This record gives sequence, C-alpha cells and structure tokens, in this order.
Amino acid sequence: MDETKNGTAEHIAQTQKIPFWRDVRVLRVLFQVLFLGGIVLLAALLYTNMLRGLDKLGVTLDVAFWNEDNFLQNEAGFAISEGIRYTPADSYMRAFWVGVVNTLKVSVIGIACATLLGLFAGVTRLSKNWLISNIAAAYVECFRNIPLLLQILFWYAIIRKLPRVRESLDFFGGVFINQRGIYLPAPQPTSGLKMWGIFLGIGLIIAVILYIVRWRQLQQMELPGFRAKWALPAFLAVAVLGWFLTQPTPLTLDLPVLQRFNFEGGMSLSAEFAALLIGLVVYTGAFIAEIVRAGIQAVAKGQREAAKSVGLNDAQTLRLVVLPQAIPIIVPPVTSQYLNLAKNSSLAIAVGFPDLFSIGETMMNQTGQSIPVFGLIMASYLIMSLTTSAAMNWYNQRLHINRTGR
Amino acid sequence: MNMDEHTQHIETLKPPATQGVVPWMKENLFSTWFNTLLTGLAIVFLYVILKGILTWVFTEANWQVIPANLQLFTVGTYPRAEIWRVWCILTLLSALVGISAGIWRGLTFRVSVGIACVLLCLAVLPFELTTRAGFLGCALLMAAAFSLIHFTKQWHPGSQLRHWILGTWVLSFPVMMVTLHGFGENAVPTTNWGGLLLTLILAVVGIVLCFPLGVLLAIGRRSSLPAIKWASTVYIETIRGVPLITILFMANLIIPIFLPDVELDKVLRAMMGITFFSAAYMAENVRGGLQSIPRGQYEAAQAVGLNYRKTMQYIVLPQALRSVIPTIVGQFIALFKDTSLVTIIGLLDLLGIARGVMSNPDWLGLQAEIYLFAAGIYFTFCYAMSYISRQIEAALGVDTD
Repeated sequence: MDETKNGTAEHIAQTQKIPFWRDVRVLRVLFQVLFLGGIVLLAALLYTNMLRGLDKLGVTLDVAFWNEDNFLQNEAGFAISEGIRYTPADSYMRAFWVGVVNTLKVSVIGIACATLLGLFAGVTRLSKNWLISNIAAAYVECFRNIPLLLQILFWYAIIRKLPRVRESLDFFGGVFINQRGIYLPAPQPTSGLKMWGIFLGIGLIIAVILYIVRWRQLQQMELPGFRAKWALPAFLAVAVLGWFLTQPTPLTLDLPVLQRFNFEGGMSLSAEFAALLIGLVVYTGAFIAEIVRAGIQAVAKGQREAAKSVGLNDAQTLRLVVLPQAIPIIVPPVTSQYLNLAKNSSLAIAVGFPDLFSIGETMMNQTGQSIPVFGLIMASYLIMSLTTSAAMNWYNQRLHINRTGR
Repeated sequence: MNMDEHTQHIETLKPPATQGVVPWMKENLFSTWFNTLLTGLAIVFLYVILKGILTWVFTEANWQVIPANLQLFTVGTYPRAEIWRVWCILTLLSALVGISAGIWRGLTFRVSVGIACVLLCLAVLPFELTTRAGFLGCALLMAAAFSLIHFTKQWHPGSQLRHWILGTWVLSFPVMMVTLHGFGENAVPTTNWGGLLLTLILAVVGIVLCFPLGVLLAIGRRSSLPAIKWASTVYIETIRGVPLITILFMANLIIPIFLPDVELDKVLRAMMGITFFSAAYMAENVRGGLQSIPRGQYEAAQAVGLNYRKTMQYIVLPQALRSVIPTIVGQFIALFKDTSLVTIIGLLDLLGIARGVMSNPDWLGLQAEIYLFAAGIYFTFCYAMSYISRQIEAALGVDTD
C-alpha cells in the first residue's frame, strides 16, 4: 500500500516536473543575466557613441594618466588666484592639486565654524528664554529655506559693496575689511617658541599626572565629577608662566599693513573665499542646529528629572546624562551635513573661488578632455565621501559595541 | 506634625498667575538674573540688527527694480504675445485645485485657501491691470469650482470622482508642458522659458519623476538578486558622493558627447540631471522606510499568497512610504532649492533672471535688493512646503521623533 502510494507520488513528481520557465531558481539567474546583458549593451552603445561624438568634436580621448605625454603633464598656462604655491608654468596635475587643497581648506574651516555655529544655535533654540530661543528659530528657518547658491552670491555682492582698500573698515587696528576681502593679524613664531614649547611639555606632564590622580580619587569615592578639574588650571598656569618667562615672546602678531596697492602681512581671506565660507557656514549651521536640537530633545525628559533627583547639577546632567544619549543620535546626521558642506563647496565656481571643480572646469575648457577631467573630479569627491562614510560606519559600530558591551 | 505643616503649606500656596503680560514676561524673559542678562543682550542685538536692516529697507534700498521687472521674474523672456498660454495653465490649475479642495477637504482645502490668498495678494501687487484681473479671476474660479463640488456633494459618489480628478491631475501635466511649448510656428522654445515659471517646472518635473525612480532604486537595493542589488547600490552611492553641480555639468557637457546624433534640449538635460540626482537621495529615504517594516509583514503577505509585486504594492510600500513622508518632503524642498543651480549652467531660472536683471545697465548696483526679493520667493515656497509636510504628518499620525 505504502509503496504504491510512494510510487504514485514520485510518478507525479516526475511527470509534473516544474518546467524551467516557471522554476524560480532558473528565472532568478535568467533575469540577472538579462539585466547585466542590458547594461553591457547600453554601455557598449554609449561607448561607440562616445567615440563618434569625440570624433565629431575632434578630440582624442587621453585617459592614460600614467604616461609621460598625458595631457595632465602639460603646462597649464592659466593663473590661479589663490592657494598653495603654483605658477602658470606648472602642469595641469599641479593645478588640479591646488584645487583639491583649496576645496579641503574651505571644507575643513567651514566644518569647524558650522559646527560651532550649529551647536550654539541649537542650544540657544532650547533656551527657556523666549526671546533667545525665537531668535535662534528665526535664524534656522530663514537660512534653511533659501538656496545656498543665492546666499553665497548675496554675501559676495555684499562684500563687493564694501569700501575700497583705501577706506577699509578698521577693527581695533588689526582687522581690516574691504571689498577685496578680510585681513587678519597672523601669529608669527619667533626664536622663543622652542623655549615655550619646553614649558608646554612640562605643563602637559604635570596635567596628565594630576588628571590620573583626580580620576582615581573620583573612582575611589564613586562620584561623578570633572576629571580635568585640577589638570586644566595647572596646565594653563604653566603655559601662562612660560609665556612671560620666555624671551623673546614666543609668538608675535603680524599685523596687516596698508601698502601701496593692498594690505600686506598678516592673514588674508579673499572676497571669494569669505563669501563662500560665510554662505556654507551659515547654511549648514542652520541644519546642524536643527539636528542638535532634535538630538537633545530626543532624550526623555524623565532622564533629566532623574538626574536632578539624584543630586546632579545642571552641568553634570548635561555632561553625564543628556549628552551621552544625545550624541549617538546627533553624530550620523551631522556627518552627512559635513559631507554636504564639502560637496556644496563646489558652488565656489559661482563666485570664482578656485576650488577643485572650478579648476577642473577651466581644464576641461582648455584641453577639451572633458571625460577624463570629469573622471578626476568625480573620483576626488567620491574619495572624500567614501572615506568619511567608512569612518562613520566604523564609529557607529564602535558605539554599538560600547553600548552592548556594557 | 511635620506632615501637617507640609500640607498646610501647600494649601496656602496660590496657583501661579499664568495670565497676563507681566507674569508671562517674568516667567519667559526674566526668571533668573542670567535670563534677564540674556534678554538684555538679545534686545540690544535685535535693536542693532533690525535698525540696520529696516533703515536700509525703507530709506536706502531702491525697490523700483522689482515692479519694473516683475514680468521677467515671473515668466522670464516668454514672448508677450504668447503669455495667454501661461494664463491657460494657471486657469486649469486653479480649477483643479478648487475641485480637489471640494473633494478631499481637510488639508487640501486649507492648502487651496492658502493658494487663493496668495493669488489675492498678487492681485493687489503693482502688475498691469489685466494681470491683476487675471489673478483675481483665478482666485474666483477656484472658489467657484470648490463651491460647485461642495454644494453638489449628495449627487455624485465620492470615490469615483476622486479617481477621475487624480487622473486629470496626472494628465494635466503633459498637457501643460505641450501648451507652454506649442507647435510649429508659434512654438516657444525652452530657451525663452525663465523666471519663476522655469524654477517651478524644473522642480515639479524633478519631484514627479524622481519619486518613482527612487522607489525602484530603493527596492532594487534591497533585492535578493545580487546583480540588481549591486547595480542599484553603485548608482546610489556614486550619485550621492558627488555634488549636484557635477551632475548638471555632466548633463550639459557629457550627454552631447554620448548622444552625438540627437540634439537634446538644454532644459531637458537639466531636468534629467536633477531627476537622476534626486532619485539617488530619494532611494535612500525610501530604503529607510523599507527597513522599518518588520519581516513579519512580508511573511504574512506571502502566507496569504501574494506574489512579490503585490506584497510590495499593497503591504510594504504603503507603510514604508507613510513612515518617511517627512524626509521625502524634506528632499522635495532640497530639490526645489537645488533647481537654482541651473543658473551656473546658463539657464535663466528665477536666480538666473535675477542675475540678468542685475547686469542690466539701468539697474546697476542693486544686487542686494534683487537677491532679497528672489530669496523671499524661494523662502515662501520652501516654508509652505515644510508647513504642509508638518500638517500631513499630524494628519497621518506619523511619529515626528
């Protein structure tokens, strides 16, 4: 009986074998092969089209970057208004590198300033003071809802409307603002810097010892507290003492001085750089403020009340209870804002700041090699983004391990 | 004893006065000495800033440039003789909005009231008389369409009409495009499209097209087929890794190389660039929503015998999209702002026109006024979108935290 039953089942299975066009395993492979085939076909079509298109333009594709006679090794021949050392006689490669450094410069300074502004505005927005919190809210709403490009152009127009070099706005005799940019005093190292460095080193050693002592003491007392309470003043005291004992003074201020045509000495931010930086910082700062506010508000109110009821003061509540819970919420979106800032720095082209994109564009115009230059530009941005994302993932994982590990 | 004292103390306490200006100020502005100090600083800060701005706005600024170029700002260099087409579109839209407000009520109604108010505001602005009459007419048409639907409610079944209106909305879009462009001799090439009109077209096209593309990419990235998964991932990460301006330049410079035989319109190329760029961001937003759907939902759908497409269409996507409405609207706002980048590739959108007006010798040196005017328009649209988004969130009960 059983045997016949089994037999029929097998028989049925054999005769009614799933046809291959309804077999999911076959279909999956088939579908993917078709998909990849389609992509390859499209790529081939575009490639032949591209060859024809380039032919039409009279350009031969030169992507062999490693060759001696690649177009990147040729003399660039165009001037770049600011950046690291470069002359028009340098190669295109060097010109592009100037752009990369300029992009990094504006991104790093912009990120630092935007973080400070965003933190400040985010915290003020949570202030109990009605007026203060509404000023912060107005700032956030206003600058978040206006295109960044318009803001950058606006700041640039404002800077260009400032007085001319001769009639510069003078702040404290050291900071000058005129339509060409902002001129700041720059610290200038002297021969006394080495001596002061030794003082700083000694101060650091003392600070580390005090920090460890305080830490262990707090551990023994099982109390929360500020670990650097002794170390920080000690370090500052040694540093200040060293500053006055060293002869000559370790750093002097190099003030910008009005020469015949322009200011010389000190540090200068060109009008283009200043406009781009102000635009990026004010815009991104508004977004960071919102993230910070949301992150702090996401910490349950009970947490704060509990902290208060166990006797922590406001600063301790913030440092020991609120921030440790808010920071994991804040960090990922803030990182993506940093990336946005770095990418948005490409709007430099609108005001003529020589960042990597605008130098790349000049190179495209001069050489006609738009495809390889585009490759370089995209690769540069991708490297920036992907390294940041990788660092971000690593941080997230570490945070996760720390949380579950405890 | 102690206890009694305590309760007595509580009973004698009066509830704090919460009404009135003085207690409010005491609580919100002068609660502690530090708060008082902050209030003082804020007042000084506001005084300095507002005084500077207001003096400039009312005494130094030359606002003549705005009314003199109002037509440029709104429709760019669209030929005067053909401007009736823009009016046709505005009429069609007003009627559709009015009808939709009558059918869907609620938020749609409030939005349409907002639009009507904007139209009425436009009607008092210093346009030409016919233009102002046109705005007034549109507002009245909207009201008429609304009342028509509202007062004939009992005679038409709701759901069927809804489908018809939705269909009309979808259809109206290509119709509007064709109306704007026209045929043959009377065609208005896209080079003449400009101002706010172009900005809105770019934004609407981008929003309408990037959404389905983004959903497809998001589903693709979560696919169990490795080839599709990897292709989607590479696309999304590459696009998200580079600035929009590179994509726009690529659309402008590289597409003609890859398609040497077709002459693609410049506005069309910009639309493609914006759409492909936003689709990658949209995909990530939607993916966030897809990830929030518990596995049980998929399993339950399979258990009742739904296939992959039906599972996605009826079970997963409705929940996933609903949960990410705030981020999606945020993305739309970003897209709207990003359309201003087409200025850099030489299109005359609102910002491009603004820059054009600035370089007009009659209006030299008025950058600040013109930029502020353009900023005001952008702000109005973005703020309205984020307001609507908050309302939708509240209506759908989406968690805001």
